[in-house]
Amino acid sequence: MKNTKSKTISVKKVATMTGAYFIAWFFLYPYINMFLTSVRSHEELYAHPTTHLPQAWQWRNYLDVWDNAPIANFLKSSLIISISATILALVVSLPAAYFLARYRFKFRGAFLLLVLATQMFSPTALIIGIFREVDFFSLLDSYLALIILNAGFNLAFSIWLLAGFFSSIPIEIEEAALIDGCTRIQALRRVTIPIALPGVVTAIIFTFVAAWNEFTIALTIISSINKKPLPVGLTQFIGQYDIAWEYLFTATIIAIIPVVVLFIVIERYLVSGLTAGSVK
Amino acid sequence: MSGKLLIKNNATITKKSVATHDVSLTSALPWIGPALILIALVVIWPVVELVRISFTDITIAGSLLDFHGFTNYRELLANPDLYPVARRTLLWVFGIVFSTVILSLPLAQLINQDFPGRKYVRWALIFPWAASVVMTSMIWTWILDAYSGEFNLTLTQIGLITEPVDWVNNPGNSFYVLMAVAVFVSIPFTTYVLLAGLQSIPNDIIEAAAVDGAGHWQIYRQIKFPLLRNSLLIATIINLINVFNSFPIIWIMTRGGPGYETDTTTTFAYKLAFIESNMGQSTALGVFNFIVILLIVSLYLKVTKATRTEL
Repeated sequence: MKNTKSKTISVKKVATMTGAYFIAWFFLYPYINMFLTSVRSHEELYAHPTTHLPQAWQWRNYLDVWDNAPIANFLKSSLIISISATILALVVSLPAAYFLARYRFKFRGAFLLLVLATQMFSPTALIIGIFREVDFFSLLDSYLALIILNAGFNLAFSIWLLAGFFSSIPIEIEEAALIDGCTRIQALRRVTIPIALPGVVTAIIFTFVAAWNEFTIALTIISSINKKPLPVGLTQFIGQYDIAWEYLFTATIIAIIPVVVLFIVIERYLVSGLTAGSVK
Repeated sequence: MSGKLLIKNNATITKKSVATHDVSLTSALPWIGPALILIALVVIWPVVELVRISFTDITIAGSLLDFHGFTNYRELLANPDLYPVARRTLLWVFGIVFSTVILSLPLAQLINQDFPGRKYVRWALIFPWAASVVMTSMIWTWILDAYSGEFNLTLTQIGLITEPVDWVNNPGNSFYVLMAVAVFVSIPFTTYVLLAGLQSIPNDIIEAAAVDGAGHWQIYRQIKFPLLRNSLLIATIINLINVFNSFPIIWIMTRGGPGYETDTTTTFAYKLAFIESNMGQSTALGVFNFIVILLIVSLYLKVTKATRTEL
């Protein structure tokens, strides 16, 4: 009796595992294909019939791509925009989140609503207004406009997530530091922020990845080829008659791997920031 | 150093003083002011500008002439291309969100089980979420390529097709292919939200039900699913917004073409403004789109109100 029971459990487990591994493969599949395409030669890509695996693994695509496309420029733009936007978003959201967690004030509810609404309005819906505003400030084709816009549209995630972290830290810990002679800022810097560090790291990574992947605003605002960030710059491969898919996909692999690793690092906190004000 | 502080003052920590302080709006401004300015710049200004232009006569060069009343709106409504695009947008939004939720429910249940390698299965699910949608659209374009893609190669090898099928550019099926890619990129986030919901269900409730003789399906149907309702609602509403706003998949794979055959109102508005220089009609459509999002957002706010006040 006992024996049959443990047998059915293991059969069930095998079924679960088979299903789960198949699903894992399915979601990885396009990126595996991307990688296998990135190490093929140009001739092989257009050979007919094609094959599942590369016939000759051409690793030097990963070196040649830097000479065959302005990848270094795209990468530089992406880094400048994403890092600056992340810093700006953090500097703005930290004090706001802390204050929301610690104090009640007039229009606090209205402010929370406003923050939540910004998360919901994607730049795509407002793109004409954004374009005209950037033009008004003579910032078309500039990094600065993209930095401010990326920081602004990702502010909500940071504020909600950090406010949640701050409000879970007992205020007595800070007050204890004050009694011990710390100033308010010192108490924040030495006590509160270190405890909220997982939240801060999550906010940093999330903003960075969102800015790294942003497409619509950059497509609309940036016109010089050497200022385009990766997602916009790489679309130029597509317009060509003889698309260099092998270089396109070496570049996308280079762009995707770091952000996937970063997202895995913050996996357990992702949901709480994105479903702000709903699931705890 | 901070560790010492904690131990030394441990005795003073009481439950009562966790309550937050009431302060005036002026003392709040230095803390929340920068956030307010940033929000005003990136959201409020563009909204006001969008609405303002939609009621104005605007030249191709972008200079505003005078107040125009509802002329832009009338012209947009008289545009025969609008109606097929609007119908397709409904199919796009409801088709993708429905499929995503239906597929994510069992998926969340599956990765909530305990089995060897579960961590790596979850990591695999992170890929389409973290990767740029632009790049994911590019690789699907290549996989589905008529002559060089692996999809047709496989179909040919197992004998399902004899002639290459152009999945992406064939007007008959192209829109459904775009929808499938959109479902692919929407599933990870949805599954993670549902997984978080499943994990918040206390284990003893489920054990109690099992002791009372409830089967797996009964437990899911009568205990887990009702408790999952809130997560499900949140995931659905956020998906409605994301899918309605979705731009890169269509833009990368078909540009909404041929003609407007694969456009939604979002890509159609973009095309009108930046390709056809028809700012007037585009802003009128932009305002419509904005109102649709506003309605979904207010639904979200209503649903989440109870938990939000806790913060």
